[in-house]
Amino acid sequence: MRPLRPVGIVGYGAYVPIYRIKASEIGRLWGHDGCALPIVEKAVAGPDEDMTTIAFEAARYALMRARVNPDEIGAIFIGSESKPYAVKPSGTIVAEALGIGSHLLAADYEFACKAGTEAFQTCIGLVGSGMAKYAMAIGADTAQGRPADDLEYTAASGGAAFVFGLKSKETVAYVEGSCSYATDTADFWRRAGQPYPRHFGRFTGEPAYFRHVITAAKKLMEELGLGPEDFDWAVFHQPNTKFPLKAAKMLGIDRKKLEPGLLVPYIGNTYSGSSPLGLAATLDVAEPGDRILMVSYGSGAGSDAFSFVVQDAIEEKRGLAPPVRAFLERKKYLDYASYARFRGKLLR
Amino acid sequence: MKAPPAIVGVGCTKVREHWGKSVLDLAVEACLKALEDAGNPDVDAIYLGNAASELMNEQGNLAALLADALALEGIKAVEVRAGDASGSLALHQASMDVTSGSSRAVLACGVEKMTDVMVQEVERVGMLFEDARTTFHSGVTIPGLCAILTRLYMERYGADYEDIILFAVNDHRNAANNPYAQYPFPIDVKAIMGSPLVADPIRLFDTAGIGDGAAAVVLCEPGDARRMSDAPVAILASEVACSRMSLSERDDLLSIRSLRLAADRALEKARVGLKDVDFFEVHNTTSIMGILALEEMGLAGRGEGWKLVKEGQIAIGADWPVNTMGGLKGRGHPWGATGLYQAVEAVWQLRGEAGKNQVDGAEVGLTHNMCGLGSVSCVHVLARWEVVA
Repeated sequence: MRPLRPVGIVGYGAYVPIYRIKASEIGRLWGHDGCALPIVEKAVAGPDEDMTTIAFEAARYALMRARVNPDEIGAIFIGSESKPYAVKPSGTIVAEALGIGSHLLAADYEFACKAGTEAFQTCIGLVGSGMAKYAMAIGADTAQGRPADDLEYTAASGGAAFVFGLKSKETVAYVEGSCSYATDTADFWRRAGQPYPRHFGRFTGEPAYFRHVITAAKKLMEELGLGPEDFDWAVFHQPNTKFPLKAAKMLGIDRKKLEPGLLVPYIGNTYSGSSPLGLAATLDVAEPGDRILMVSYGSGAGSDAFSFVVQDAIEEKRGLAPPVRAFLERKKYLDYASYARFRGKLLR
Repeated sequence: MKAPPAIVGVGCTKVREHWGKSVLDLAVEACLKALEDAGNPDVDAIYLGNAASELMNEQGNLAALLADALALEGIKAVEVRAGDASGSLALHQASMDVTSGSSRAVLACGVEKMTDVMVQEVERVGMLFEDARTTFHSGVTIPGLCAILTRLYMERYGADYEDIILFAVNDHRNAANNPYAQYPFPIDVKAIMGSPLVADPIRLFDTAGIGDGAAAVVLCEPGDARRMSDAPVAILASEVACSRMSLSERDDLLSIRSLRLAADRALEKARVGLKDVDFFEVHNTTSIMGILALEEMGLAGRGEGWKLVKEGQIAIGADWPVNTMGGLKGRGHPWGATGLYQAVEAVWQLRGEAGKNQVDGAEVGLTHNMCGLGSVSCVHVLARWEVVA
């Protein structure tokens, strides 16, 4: 998929809450001391944070880098599976807080962990077709993990926002193409009214994550006539540390190309925020001319693959807002009790 | 001695997570391979071993379903159920059928599709093959029971856990050369000790994994053996024995009496001494069960099995090659299929088709498959047809 007119990212922003809990602290509680854990630590939303506040923070930084009048943003899409309201859009909350005008298209997307990148594609389509001058896509989550479930070690909070516009000297990276792959694969789900998702163990690997990520990535490369060696950087959805590294290996991509965007060991799986945050962290270090492969994954299941080419404006714009690294370094550790209170696991 | 039935065709699927195949797909694949290997003969019966397809795959009555799928309307279709001994018991029934003269050629198939349910459910279903009153309702699991046995063994005989798990290391070394194995790579003691603790002291990599698979053999009456195969394999003996089901009711926790009884009967029936057996396929849900099996069959004295393993005597090329294609740990353990995987692998050895794992001059092999921790054991003694003729 390519827009009729070239479209690119004009601004990006990231946000990760300050709180962390170590996987070993969760393991201590459930008797998994000394076992290999999927990550080192994960980011936890504070008691006054939810998905919309995270989205707002990231979007604010994206606007700082975009240097556009908020009024010119014609659409906002938030991808998330932890919306504060089951019925009531999150996009309107964030847009109003940002000062974006009311002649606005706003919608929330849900596709497990890939809802954020679907927002990318919608924005690219709207801008590329001329229906919007600028459009904002946000992937953000305060993901839920049932106590003692494998997901509790990784389900984390964070998000990233991107402003798309027609390719110009303001563009930090333009879209070469995108490709999606989706099937009815029930590897992970949360039914209406349920507080925690359920998942189907190892089924989430080979027939779910890897099948979709690899298929979408290969198809994108085929359509663009590119090979793994043509990409300087790569970002995959990061449910744990192992999966993105294995996906890279399967595609023949050197693991060094993942390193800047491989955030999961230190912030966990931020669901809809995961691959967008990885992209933001990669843009923080990429040089003009670099090509970035990004592949999201959402259970249920599907992947969106993108190829971005970094432009000169990155050098000037990356300093206009905090880099992802700043959020990684800024942290306060919680014990399990405080984590349980912050995440509403204790009833009063 | 009446001439024994012959195995004239074998086939199996790779043991793995077959996400895209049903329990029936797997059984059909193995049976078609076995039938083709036997020259596609007419068969009079199917004996199908499976532990828990109703509970894990929402599909019962598998034998008739399989016969239907193979377009074998009208034949005898019999399902055999005895937990993870179902495969060998299906082979036993098939062997009895041919021996009795009731059928001329039969299929024996074992199949299990374990990945349709979550791991916790597999654990729960696995315990349904134990005595509900004394075992299932207590909440203990098979690895939990193996942990008790391992601790007792270590205390009584002075073995370290690191010594015991060398049994799993042997399995993996052999599995590395088996293209049908679930885990075709070597592992070492360090890797096992670094894997998560399942039930102290049992580590995850000391337990047979969860996998899907099917294996099948075609049997025929002795008079047809040479006509149907260039290298028929004789079933010299097929013996079954049960023992006290609950560990708590056994005289000695570290004795698998059903195995002793079945092995003694089988060797006597086959008129074969233990020393005449060139290789052994034993049922090692965890390493301790493999070591107890060595002792129970008399390969080592009580409390000496771990030394046999540590001294390398169960490796291919040594005195007592054990689990030559990877055993339950390396090849995998799809419950109802395991007994037939053992038979298929034994046939490879006896035909000289075991590749890098070939036991030189293998003429006689013994397979041991059991339910749980030995409530039922089934032992087969297989031999090259020349041994009989």
